[in-house]
Amino acid sequence: MSNPLLKVDHVGIQFGGLKAVQKFNMELFEGELVGLIGPNGAGKTTSFNMLTGVYKPTEGTITFDGKVTNKLSPHQVTKNGVSRTFQNIRLFKELTVLDNVKVANHSLAHHSMLSSIFRLPTHFKGEAKMEEASLAFLEIFGLDVYKDELAKNLPYGMQRRLEIARALAAGPKLLLLDEPAAGMNPQETKALMDLIALIRKKFDLTILLIEHDMGLVMGICERIYVLDHGELIASGTPEEIRHNKKVIEAYLGEEVPL
Amino acid sequence: MEWLQQLINGISIGSIYALIALGYTMVYGIIKLINFAHGDVFMIGAFVGFYGLTHWHIGFIPSLLVAMIICSILGVLIERLAYKRLRNATRIAALITAIGVSLLIEYTTIFIRGAQPEAYPSDAIFSKTFTVFGTQITSETIVILATTIILMLLLQFIVHKTKIGKAMRAVSHDMEAAKLMGINVDNTISATFAIGSALAGAAGVIFGVYYTKIDPLMGIIPGVKAFIAAVLGGIGSIPGAMTGGMLLGVVETIVSAVGFSTWRDAAAFVILILILIFKPAGIFGKNTREKV
Amino acid sequence: MRISKTFWIYTILALIGYAVVQMLITNGQLDMYYANLLITIAINIILAVSLHLVIGITGQFSIGHAGFLAIGAYVSAICTMHFHLPFIVALAIGAIAAAIGGLIVGIPTLRLRGDYLAIATLGFAEIIRITFLNIDYVGGAAGMQIIQQTNWTYAFFGMFVTIVVISNFTNSRHGRACISVREDEIAADSMGINVTYYKVLAFAIGSLFAGLAGGLFSHNFFIIQPAQFNFLKSFDILIYVVLGGLGSLTGSIVAAVLLTVISLYLQDFPETRMIIYSLVLIVVMLYRPAGLMGTKELPDLFKRKKGGKVHE
Repeated sequence: MSNPLLKVDHVGIQFGGLKAVQKFNMELFEGELVGLIGPNGAGKTTSFNMLTGVYKPTEGTITFDGKVTNKLSPHQVTKNGVSRTFQNIRLFKELTVLDNVKVANHSLAHHSMLSSIFRLPTHFKGEAKMEEASLAFLEIFGLDVYKDELAKNLPYGMQRRLEIARALAAGPKLLLLDEPAAGMNPQETKALMDLIALIRKKFDLTILLIEHDMGLVMGICERIYVLDHGELIASGTPEEIRHNKKVIEAYLGEEVPL
Repeated sequence: MEWLQQLINGISIGSIYALIALGYTMVYGIIKLINFAHGDVFMIGAFVGFYGLTHWHIGFIPSLLVAMIICSILGVLIERLAYKRLRNATRIAALITAIGVSLLIEYTTIFIRGAQPEAYPSDAIFSKTFTVFGTQITSETIVILATTIILMLLLQFIVHKTKIGKAMRAVSHDMEAAKLMGINVDNTISATFAIGSALAGAAGVIFGVYYTKIDPLMGIIPGVKAFIAAVLGGIGSIPGAMTGGMLLGVVETIVSAVGFSTWRDAAAFVILILILIFKPAGIFGKNTREKV
Repeated sequence: MRISKTFWIYTILALIGYAVVQMLITNGQLDMYYANLLITIAINIILAVSLHLVIGITGQFSIGHAGFLAIGAYVSAICTMHFHLPFIVALAIGAIAAAIGGLIVGIPTLRLRGDYLAIATLGFAEIIRITFLNIDYVGGAAGMQIIQQTNWTYAFFGMFVTIVVISNFTNSRHGRACISVREDEIAADSMGINVTYYKVLAFAIGSLFAGLAGGLFSHNFFIIQPAQFNFLKSFDILIYVVLGGLGSLTGSIVAAVLLTVISLYLQDFPETRMIIYSLVLIVVMLYRPAGLMGTKELPDLFKRKKGGKVHE
């Protein structure tokens, strides 16, 4: 196979004395849809935070697209082609739906601050370009009708969609989705999964997905990584994971989702 | 023995900062609010002590106690009337309300009695100067240190050995959990304000005895400095407030002693900024991080 | 384009307003007292709008704005009094000096959050004030003599430029980036916004205009003293922004106008003024913490109200 798009090599992070994640290894290849699962507190979101620069790993290296990214801050990681959604929805609540996406489109236009202050033609051109691109993203997610509403006034399911639309507008090669279907009913989840499949094709994305709904992960992911107590305990195809002893053990005590 | 003299002066002013800082740190620890009005409670304490000594002629210790009682009532009133509604408000709203309360106390005091300063009587306590190792130690200094130490021991006792102290620690650790365990959070917060304000009141009386001159705006600068002391020691930490206060007092005295007295107030702010930038958790503080 | 059309309407209205006032002053129909009130209002609007960019738009809680006012005031005064530069040049130098001050203060402090940032900015403002207090070149505590040069024209155009620049900045990708920082720093960072850059940028622009206000402020008196720039001054400016509504430019303007007028009428009763101020502040924070206008702008109030929650 070719070089991996994302290579996570022995990455770990420590908060105070507590090792939240350690010896985490992962390789993602272009175009894959991979799941990251594990019981509560296994370190899934912490791993996401390290992949996106929100937390700086205390050991190991993360290489994305040939660049070492584990010392970069989140906006640099994003510009490098990794963007994400948040488990606990972090939209810009007092901005309109359209403006939420425009913020992520920030680097699409290049008009300077002075051109905006003096309202030069480059400002209008740049803003128009951003508007057009942002509206296109909203359309894909069926959010264009809500474009002038404040994000906080959207219904829950729509907020989850807007999170993805916004992450997509940042122009990623790798999209990290942190429990995108949390709190959705089965129909909504199904629609969302179709949508994810659609954008993956349309934008040539590689997707890494944290999800609690095991049926869903098993259904759509090509490969799965399993974390428990901050350590990788298994990786492989859904079929392999389904029969992995360690995985079954890790999930015992919780409701068995397999 | 010049430096020893300065050290003693520094500890004297430092213990006043420390007493005020305790109130800041306790309140911040429990409701995450910078109680800007705390310096004004200190000012009210100084005035109550003044009236006790000069108008009611009740002597130093009763004046101190009356000041502490009145200040604790004032502190609880402030909490109940203004801050209680703010528990779920934004930090900005809370801070601005605190600034508002501070201005209200200051200017209501001026409105009632005018802005003119008062002077504590020089015979507030017996006055005598001792010479130890060539260092002049006044009886005022001894009274300040003795009062501070007694109050701090008392506070340690309350926080660690009594039921209300246990409740205070529980609420500051996790308000929701404390509530679920049947702790009356409202009363605990009020008790925190009462104790913190009583300490500020005591600091006010001590300040008056030591520096003589008091006025309605006197609380602003010591208030801000005490807050700096609390940050220096690690906000939320009681030993931190004591250490921070003493340290700040000593540093200020040194800055004055080496000939930069007009820069004294700036020194405190420089310390604050250095601490905030390089060790925001302070000397005794714990690092916290935002959950993502 | 629609944006520029409304812009021109407002500009023309503003210029007409300016011309009418100027005519009244020239013809002596508006006496010194009211002319001076208008100048003070204009200066306070500059201060309010510049702090609005820092607090209301970018969400960085600075309570030391008077420090930058002081830099602008003193530096421009040095330019006119010691170097005999033209007033307009002095204003520009004062503003730039304040912006540089903003950078120096902003770069280390803006990584602090909430309360800590507030206290740090307060601390820096006090350090700035104490520094001027200790410089004999500018008169120390006794103050510095100044020739009065600010007039309605300077004050109006200073205000006009401030409002235009800050509202144009806000309504662009740069302003949106600042708002996203206010709304959620971590999410903004994760969407590719250089959070530190925009915080420092907003802070520097805010300081620049505070410095401009400082030049107009100092040359509107015959003497300036460090005591005029203490934290009560910072609180005054803060109150405009908070009362007007955090995030509302027009709100901060309305609040600045109202409070300037009120405090003029109460200037003989300073205690009463402060008691009213503080009560208003407390009551507004307790019952309407978003301020009088919230994040709405004045023109929004005349538009049709948008629907509330969206239903599926």
